Amino acid sequence: MQSHPARDLVVGLFVLAGISALAYLSTQLGGLSFDGQGGFTLRATFDEIGGLSARSPVVISGVPVGQVVAINLDEDLRAAVELDLEPGLELPVDTSASIRTSGLLGDQFIALEPGGEDELLEAGDILSFTESALNFEKLIGSFVHDAGLGGSE
Amino acid sequence: MIRSGIERLGGRTIGAIAELGRFARFGGWIVGGFLRPPFRPERIVREAYDSGVLSLAIVCASGLAVGLVLSLQLYNVLVRFGAEESLGAVIGLTLIRELGPVLTGLLVTGRAGSAMAAEIGMMVATEQIDGMRTMAVDPMKFVVVPKAVALTLSMPLLSALFIVAAIFGGYLVGVQLLGLGSGIYFSSLENAVVFRTDVVGSALKALLFGALVALIATFRGFTTGRSTAEVSASTTATVVTGSVCILLADYIFTALWGF
Repeated sequence: MQSHPARDLVVGLFVLAGISALAYLSTQLGGLSFDGQGGFTLRATFDEIGGLSARSPVVISGVPVGQVVAINLDEDLRAAVELDLEPGLELPVDTSASIRTSGLLGDQFIALEPGGEDELLEAGDILSFTESALNFEKLIGSFVHDAGLGGSE
Repeated sequence: MIRSGIERLGGRTIGAIAELGRFARFGGWIVGGFLRPPFRPERIVREAYDSGVLSLAIVCASGLAVGLVLSLQLYNVLVRFGAEESLGAVIGLTLIRELGPVLTGLLVTGRAGSAMAAEIGMMVATEQIDGMRTMAVDPMKFVVVPKAVALTLSMPLLSALFIVAAIFGGYLVGVQLLGLGSGIYFSSLENAVVFRTDVVGSALKALLFGALVALIATFRGFTTGRSTAEVSASTTATVVTGSVCILLADYIFTALWGF
């Protein structure tokens, strides 16, 4: 079988293009990060996380600084959320974390609000000031109940 | 009259089951031929040109068109709920989980599968396969296995290119035409897609469809009768069976994989 350099080259280019497309899907979209370390891990516990999920963004003043890597139940049956943040962030120990929603129906994210203490958070620390997700159904339910619209009671 | 009808029904059922048995044995031969040396990488490269490179243009053009229309349709629905910032997520997940592998599979069935069945069918009809056997060349090893392997391996690559082309098409309409922020489009896309379930599942799905189409096309081609009319019949059968099998396999895979 004689070899066909031109055709082999075209097939090689095709394979290269296909693999780069797969690589784009995996690394850019799939969040399979090669730098891996991310760096700075913090934990926060919430009573209610609503629709928060792994890979939800973490922002400070609206600027993305990291993402949620894991959500588990802790021993008190509260949601323990693990945050992976940019290394080198200097956050005071009284930084608070709250779960917000972008728009009325948008995705949920965690907003960090730095406090005023001089002492800084270390990697692995637990954020003690947290504000849970706003649950619209609960809110509407309690409104209906308070207004006495909830039927016979 | 009634008896002959029942006989015919039974005969057809038995015939269909026997056909399935032949198909399964044929699949076993291909896998066996693939695993046994001598390996023929140069034959696989030649076939990858036919089934992969020649399908590239149609796959990218279709991907772009699908992305354009998907974006246009979804934007108009999402904007009613004020949820247009989820456009990227909806487009990305639809494409990666379903449309990418399925539509690429259907396109490849029509483009490469039919050509493959016709080529092998012609070789059978013009007795080239018999000629190979006479010269002690194993036609499975020399013709069928390289074609099947090349098509199977091309599918995940083609599907990934389809998805990237469609995401770009969605970007053109959503961002350039309808004025959604480019960062919003891509960040909702990136936040929604998960590597292990979505991207890996998508590639496996494409690989499965590729193997299905390759098996059906080579089987139909190889079992062609010895006339030119039979060649066109097996080409048609390849496209019909291949498309239906892809759609059925898609449901089964999605249910088992648990997207």
